[in-house]
Amino acid sequence: MFDNLTNKLDSIFKKLRSKGVLTEDNINESLREVRLALLEADVNFKVVKEFIEKVKVRAVGQEVLKSLTPGQQVIKVVHEELIELLSGGTHAPAPLNPKKDKLNIWMMAGLQGSGKTTAAAKLANLMKKQGYRPMLAAGDIYRPAAIQQLEVLGQKIDVPVFSLGDKVSPVEICKKAKEAAEAKDCNLLILDTAGRLHIDEELMKELQDIREAVSPSETFLVCDAMIGQDAVNVAKQFHESIGTTGLILSKLDGDARGGAILSIRSVTGQPIRFASVGEKIEDLELFLPERMASRILGMGDVIGLIEKVKDSISMDEAEAMKEKMQNQSFTFEDFRKQLKAIKSMGSLDSILNMIPGVGKNLPKEAMEESDVQMRRFEAIINSMTLEERLTPDLINSSRKQRIARGSGTSVQEINQLIKQFDQLKKMMKMFQKQTQKKRFGRFNPAR
Amino acid sequence: MFGFWGTKKETNEPPAQNGWFQKIKSGLTATRNLFSKRVNDLFFGGGKLDEEMLEKLEEILITSDIGVSTSLKLVDHLRQLLKKGSINTPEQLQEALKTELLDILSQVAKPMSVGDHQGLGTIMLVGVNGTGKTTATGKIAKLFHQDGKKVILAAADTFRAAAIDQLEVWAYRAECPLIKHAHGADPAAVVFDAITASKARQADILLIDTAGRLHTKINLMEELKKIGRVLDREIPEAPRETLLVLDATTGQNAIQQAKLFSESVPLSGIILTKLDGTAKGGIIITLADEMKLPVKLIGVGEGIDDLREFNPDYFVTALFEG
Repeated sequence: MFDNLTNKLDSIFKKLRSKGVLTEDNINESLREVRLALLEADVNFKVVKEFIEKVKVRAVGQEVLKSLTPGQQVIKVVHEELIELLSGGTHAPAPLNPKKDKLNIWMMAGLQGSGKTTAAAKLANLMKKQGYRPMLAAGDIYRPAAIQQLEVLGQKIDVPVFSLGDKVSPVEICKKAKEAAEAKDCNLLILDTAGRLHIDEELMKELQDIREAVSPSETFLVCDAMIGQDAVNVAKQFHESIGTTGLILSKLDGDARGGAILSIRSVTGQPIRFASVGEKIEDLELFLPERMASRILGMGDVIGLIEKVKDSISMDEAEAMKEKMQNQSFTFEDFRKQLKAIKSMGSLDSILNMIPGVGKNLPKEAMEESDVQMRRFEAIINSMTLEERLTPDLINSSRKQRIARGSGTSVQEINQLIKQFDQLKKMMKMFQKQTQKKRFGRFNPAR
Repeated sequence: MFGFWGTKKETNEPPAQNGWFQKIKSGLTATRNLFSKRVNDLFFGGGKLDEEMLEKLEEILITSDIGVSTSLKLVDHLRQLLKKGSINTPEQLQEALKTELLDILSQVAKPMSVGDHQGLGTIMLVGVNGTGKTTATGKIAKLFHQDGKKVILAAADTFRAAAIDQLEVWAYRAECPLIKHAHGADPAAVVFDAITASKARQADILLIDTAGRLHTKINLMEELKKIGRVLDREIPEAPRETLLVLDATTGQNAIQQAKLFSESVPLSGIILTKLDGTAKGGIIITLADEMKLPVKLIGVGEGIDDLREFNPDYFVTALFEG
C-alpha cells in the first residue's frame, strides 16, 4: 500500500475541484491515507496522530507548486516533516566527536537479539578507522558464548577485548575494563552488555550500577529495525531507567520500513546515531535522516541503490566496461559479467523497487519472468566456448545446437539472446553518439 | 508432544490449577496488563457501544501489532453485529471479539507433527537475526530429552561468530549429541552429516539450528533452499517441521519474513519468542489470518521450561483475564 501512496493521494485529489491550494477540506482524506501508511510502517499510533496534526498545520494554505500534483505536494510536506522529526530539525544534536586525549566510555544496551554485540564490534571498527584506539569489554555473562562471540569479532578487527569470564559481575567487569583501557592508553572503551527486557527490574538495575561505576559519556539503545508498536514502551523504559543518549538502528538491510524509530525518536528525544546496514563488519554507518524518511514513505532508496551497484561492480571494472562500450568491443563475456553483477545485487524486483516511481508500476510476473530469463541467458553464455563469447559471429547453427544442449535451452532461445545482444550493442552505439553530441554526462554505473 | 504438560484440549474452560495455564498467564502478564486493561477499560468504562468505542478498539488492536487490515476487518465484523442488534452489552462485545480472535487462531492451529511418531523426524528453525533460534533449539532439545526422546542437534549456523559454541553449551545442558563443522563450513554439509548420524544412532528427532538471515538476502536464502533439498533427498519420508522463529516485538515486517521464508523452505509454523516483554505479539493474528500460519510454540521466559506449546484457547483467554 505504501508504494502507491503518491498515486493514491493523486486519485483523491482528482475528485476535488479546488486543487490550487491545499485546504483543510481537501487534504483530510489524503491525510487519512498517510496515517494508514505510517501505521503499516510500524509507527506508533499516538506518534502518528501527533505527526498528522503537525503535517496538517504545515500543509494547509500551501500553494501547490506548478511542477507538482497536489498529492505530491502533500507527500513533500510529509517528507520534510519526517526529516525534521528524524534529524531533530533546528535542535539537531552535534555530531559525535569524542576527544582523543582522554578515555571515552560508551555503553550498549537493548533487548535480547537486537544486535548489541555485533554493533559494539562494528562501532569499534568504525571508530578505529577514524583514528581512535578502542577497546571492547565483554559484559554479557548470561548468554552462552556471548563472550567468545565478542572475542572472535575483536580479533577480526584487531581491537583488544577485555573479559573476566562469566563468573564475575558485569559491574566489576566494566570497572576493571576501565582500568585496563587506561593502562593500555586506549581512548574509547565500548561496553557490551547482555540483552534484557525493559521490565526486568533486576537487570535494569545492573545497567544503572554500571553507569554509576564507570559513568559512560554515551549510552546507546540498540534497536532492531523490524520492531513494531512496542518500540515506544521499550525506548521509554530504557531511557527512563538508564538515560540513553542515542540510538543505534540494527538490521536496516532488510525490507522493514523502520517506522518504529520515528516513535523512538519522538518518545525519547534522543538522536539516532548509527545504522547497521549489512552483515559485514564494515556495514555500520552514520544515520542519514533524509534516507530514512524516504524509506518510511516507500519512496525508493536511490542512495542505497548506488551503493549496491558500487558493491557489485568495482571501479576498475566499470571503467573497463565503459571503454568497451565506447569502442564497440562489448562481447558475451562482458555481458555475462554484467548479468552476474546484477544478480549479486538481488532480484530484479528488489533493485527496481529502490528506484522511486518505478517499483510497483511493473507487474510482478513480468519481473519474475525477467529474472528467469536472466538466468537462462547466463546458462546459455556459460555453455559457449570462450572463443564464441569473444567472437559472437562464430556461432553457426551447429554451434547453436551444441549450446542449446549444453544449457538445456532451445535454438530459438539462443537466437533470441543473440538478437537482444545485437540490439543492446546498437543501443550503446546510439547512446554514445548522443552523449558525444551533447557532451552531457557519462555512462558509468559506478557514479 | 511434550507429554508432561499434556495437550489437553477436551475442555474449553482452562482449569485454574493447571500449571501450564498459570505459566502462560504469568508470562503474558505484561502483555495482558496492557491489552486487557485497555480493552476492559474501554468496554466496561461506562461508555456507549457506538462508533467512537469501535474506533478506540481499532486503535488498541493496531497498537498490538495486529496490523491495519486485520484490525479493520475485526472491527468491521463487530460493527455489523452491533447494527444487527445481536450485541447489546459490553460483555457480549468482549465475547464477540474473543470469539473472532479465537476463530482466526484456531482455524489454522495444528499440533507438532514431530515427537509422537515412529522413526526419525526433523525440526528446523529458521528466521532473521536475533529472534532466539539457538536458544529455542536448545530448549526444545532439553524438553524432548526429558521426554525420553533421542535427540541429535545440528549446528547449521556456521556464520555468526561463536554460534556453534553457544549451541554446544545448550547441547551439554540438554545432554544431546551435537553435529558440527568448523565456522564458515557449508551448512548443508552439516545437515547431511547430522542426518547420517541420526540414522546410524537411530535418533527420534533431528533438531537443526540455522543462521539468522534477513529474508531479503538472496544468497543466504539459496543456502536455506539447499538445506531443504538435502532433507528432501536424504529423508523424504520423515515428518518435518520448519518453524519460523519470530520475536514478539516484531512489527508488520513479520509478514514479509513469513512470505519470503516460505518461498525458500515451506514453513509449517511459528515459534513466537520473548512474549514475556510488553510486546503483544499481535502479529500472530495477522499471520494466521493472512498466511494461514499456525503458532506452534511460544517462549514466555528465560527458563528452559518457559518454552511452551501454543494453545489458542489459553492464549486468548489469558489475554482478556484481569
